[in-house]
Amino acid sequence: MSALEFQDAVVRFGAATVLGGASLSIAAGEFVSVVGPTGCGKSTLLNLAAGLLAPSAGSVRSLGGAITGINRQAGYLFQGESLMPWRNARDNVAAGLQFAGTQDASASAQADAWLNRVGLHGAGDKYPHQMSGGMRKRAQLAQTLILDPPILLMDEPFSALDVQTRLMMENELLALWQGGPGPRKTVLFITHDLEEAISLSDRVVVLSAGPATRPIAEFAINLPRPRDVAEIRHTPEFQSAHAQIWDVLRDEVLKTYHRSVAA
Amino acid sequence: MTHVYRLALAALLLGLWYAGATSGVLSPFFFGHPSKVAAQIVDWFATGEIWPHLAITLTETLLAFAAGTAGGVLAGLWLGLSPRTLSVLDPFIKAANAMPRVILAPIFAMWFGLGMGSKVALGFTLVFFIVFFNVLQGVREVSPVVLNATRMLGASRKQLLRHVYLPAAMSWVFSSLHVSVGMAFVGAVIGEYLGSAAGVGYLILQAQGVFDVDAVFAGIALLTACALVLDTIVTFAEARLLVWQPRADIPRDS
Repeated sequence: MSALEFQDAVVRFGAATVLGGASLSIAAGEFVSVVGPTGCGKSTLLNLAAGLLAPSAGSVRSLGGAITGINRQAGYLFQGESLMPWRNARDNVAAGLQFAGTQDASASAQADAWLNRVGLHGAGDKYPHQMSGGMRKRAQLAQTLILDPPILLMDEPFSALDVQTRLMMENELLALWQGGPGPRKTVLFITHDLEEAISLSDRVVVLSAGPATRPIAEFAINLPRPRDVAEIRHTPEFQSAHAQIWDVLRDEVLKTYHRSVAA
Repeated sequence: MTHVYRLALAALLLGLWYAGATSGVLSPFFFGHPSKVAAQIVDWFATGEIWPHLAITLTETLLAFAAGTAGGVLAGLWLGLSPRTLSVLDPFIKAANAMPRVILAPIFAMWFGLGMGSKVALGFTLVFFIVFFNVLQGVREVSPVVLNATRMLGASRKQLLRHVYLPAAMSWVFSSLHVSVGMAFVGAVIGEYLGSAAGVGYLILQAQGVFDVDAVFAGIALLTACALVLDTIVTFAEARLLVWQPRADIPRDS
């Protein structure tokens, strides 16, 4: 059974077709990245899986069940600033437990433990505006992981970070994904950065240029794990995967580019 | 250094007033005399005559502020989350807000009598709209990312209201605290001035009735001092309540 299953999923906003019959199946415990040109509707795919959006046609299933309303089996790491600015780091991380009815003391203790796991020792009392971009991403990660969702949806989560912080966060994400107790989470990772996609994933899916985006190719990445995302980029296997995928992606990027220049 | 200049300016203005009033250039009938104004203030406090009036004016201010804020928050949240109802009510709200509220004072005096009720009602109409429009703005400007993220964390509709919409709206309410507290005070004093049996506004009205301009100035000075104290309290409260907000306007002066 697939953890996530898109079948001919179509999303229309008014007259515009954003997603045009996307079919994609992700196995439990698999780390899949989706790459595509800017503005092609990558996030739409995630919002379907999250249940924030219902398909206009076709279906999306999560762990075998149809998604109605918010998908409770999924955690979502957003691209933008998603922390509640009026809560400090600890209370932000504890929020999900609190919503589920966990006692405040227990939720706070678990939040502190998670802050430690993502490298935010002693930052529990800081408010989002007092933290750096990297710290806020770590807090977001802890906020999502504390609920232990079997599925993790990530929307260009590290795109706003500087290159060094980004590499560190990618390595830590892989460590958390591989190192935790229990079965590995299924990850659907959206990015426009092909190197990031290859170095993290088991499989890379390429989306066509919009409108009516759909997956047009996919590539298995058979690089050994555990990986160091900074080191792995220099291996010949990585380079050849990059060349293959870029071959497909380039045409889509160019289509989008020419369209934007013409417009 | 700034302090020195400020004190010097205050001394200069008081000195000019004093010299003018003493020499007769400024008619004491119209402009009073600073020493008599000071004596009046001292007398009010020495005899204790001022306390009940001050207590009444401040109670009215507080009640108007509390009721106006509560009403504004509730109405703002409700209409902010029900765009259809808001679009129906929009012209009525605009009309009510455009109306000069002071003109309601006689009606409130008829409805609620000359006691505190009519002053609180007038202050309420002033505070309510400030808070209401701020909450409305706050609800509309809630970050969709924060909203979706909170929904993904499993928040129910009620929890969204309590943990996202309300704090977002309250930050706008707090940022308008200076204005709304000031308006509550204005409502109380104007209400008293237009008809009452107690309060600092009433004292001013009485003094004006017997052409006691010194007492009028004393009342004005007292009200100004009260307004400044209220404003200082609000500044403290603001710093405590909005610790989570980045401060762009950190006061440079001390």
